[in-house]
Amino acid sequence: MSIYHLTTPVSDEDIAKLHIGDVIYLTGDITTGRDDVHHRVVIQGRECPVDLKGKAVFHAGPIMKKLEDGSYTCVAVGPTTSMRMEKAEAEFLEATGVKIIIGKGGMGPKTTAGCKASKAVHTIFPGGCAVVAAECIEKVKGVEWLDLGMPEAMWQFQGKEFGPLIVSIDSYGENLIDNNKIAFNEKKEAIVEELYKKVQFMH
Amino acid sequence: MHDEKIIDQLSDLISSFICYAGSHLPDDVDAKLKEMATIETEGFAPTIYKAMADNMEIADRLKRPSCQDTGIIQFFVKVGTKYPYQNELGEALEQAVLKATDRAPLRHNAVQIFDEINTGNNVGVRVPWVDMELVPDRDDIEVYVYMAGGGCSLPGMAKVLMPLEGYEGIVRVIFDQMTSYGVNACPPCLVGVGIAGSAEVAAKLSKKALLRPVGSHNPNPKAAMMEEELEKGLNAVGLGPGGLSGKLSVMGVNIEQAARHPATLAVGISTACWAHRRACIKINPDMSYDFVTSKGVKL
Repeated sequence: MSIYHLTTPVSDEDIAKLHIGDVIYLTGDITTGRDDVHHRVVIQGRECPVDLKGKAVFHAGPIMKKLEDGSYTCVAVGPTTSMRMEKAEAEFLEATGVKIIIGKGGMGPKTTAGCKASKAVHTIFPGGCAVVAAECIEKVKGVEWLDLGMPEAMWQFQGKEFGPLIVSIDSYGENLIDNNKIAFNEKKEAIVEELYKKVQFMH
Repeated sequence: MHDEKIIDQLSDLISSFICYAGSHLPDDVDAKLKEMATIETEGFAPTIYKAMADNMEIADRLKRPSCQDTGIIQFFVKVGTKYPYQNELGEALEQAVLKATDRAPLRHNAVQIFDEINTGNNVGVRVPWVDMELVPDRDDIEVYVYMAGGGCSLPGMAKVLMPLEGYEGIVRVIFDQMTSYGVNACPPCLVGVGIAGSAEVAAKLSKKALLRPVGSHNPNPKAAMMEEELEKGLNAVGLGPGGLSGKLSVMGVNIEQAARHPATLAVGISTACWAHRRACIKINPDMSYDFVTSKGVKL
């Protein structure tokens, strides 16, 4: 396991260094995008209103507060379940040039192949730690597609040492959570067989 | 006729209660996570447990919601049949959500079905969701609030098994769900299980099981045994915090049951993420209260 401090725009060379289980602290442009953003860009084919080339997309729907001068501050922004974006993520990477996906939990084989093809990684920020994450945000640079509502809009953040981001899919086709799931399922069968003997309540 | 003054007072109190619940873990969950952190000493687990502890500390200090997903607000209310403000209660709960959305602030989470529009204030058709039970001869109310987040709601399911599948079928459903969807639901989760005769009863009981304290047991000895065995078995799988693997998987398993039909065996599952923001307050007619899940806290 290695620790990397990266700054956007992230290059293919930066991505090539990363392997599953490595940890990143990211400085630079981090933009939120979840279900509806993926729907618009991939399924409806609309142009992404934010330039994400070499940057990070954050699967997150923050709590934002509008200040008196019309600007916004981020109250809390933890990761959301990345698996929801599985259907569209590979195409999203291709369309936008995103290099780092930030979310929680695993993603599936389609995204794993997409990360390999587009030279990108998926990373996990600790789930539920939304104020820790908000503390790593220096500035709210703007918002797009606010018509989607607060959680689904594209919030553009300036992050500073944003992390820990645990690399869960690298650009070599490796998937940490999938590997874990294989191990969980192997252990599960023997445990379930033992449990069956203890729940013989029918008579 | 609604008493507007009562609605105002009651909604103020319940809104403070919601705000507090969004920023703090209940005593039982806090104690359990601290205990689990002492066992999870390898791999990524210490990093994740430290982030969790730091997060709760910062949320308390900055008076902010600890997780950005403050959920769909659900109320489970036990209403004394002699409670004098039954007429005002529904309106007060809705007002409390509107006030808390502004004050906490809560994320806007109510999306209207078919229109697919976020209402922007956490109030929508049948939201906040309110479940009420009558309690004879009491003059107070017991209000549980639960912030039903997306991540921890995704593993939710109910299924009607054939009785010949037995309780083994229930074990299988729980394990399959937890090793697939459970990984994404911010483990260590509390697992709520409902067993009944039809899907909707099992589903509802699985959520009510989550309202019971971590570490509590079903009064039926067989159910209590099954809770313990499921907990031990799930822990042996070692999902770890965040599904990143570890020595443990869950905060516990709580089961609630209703008698079944001879021809059906329904199982429902609900999961609560580690940030299990459920809170309980007892409110008397004079607005004095007992904050059951956070002892000694004044709102």
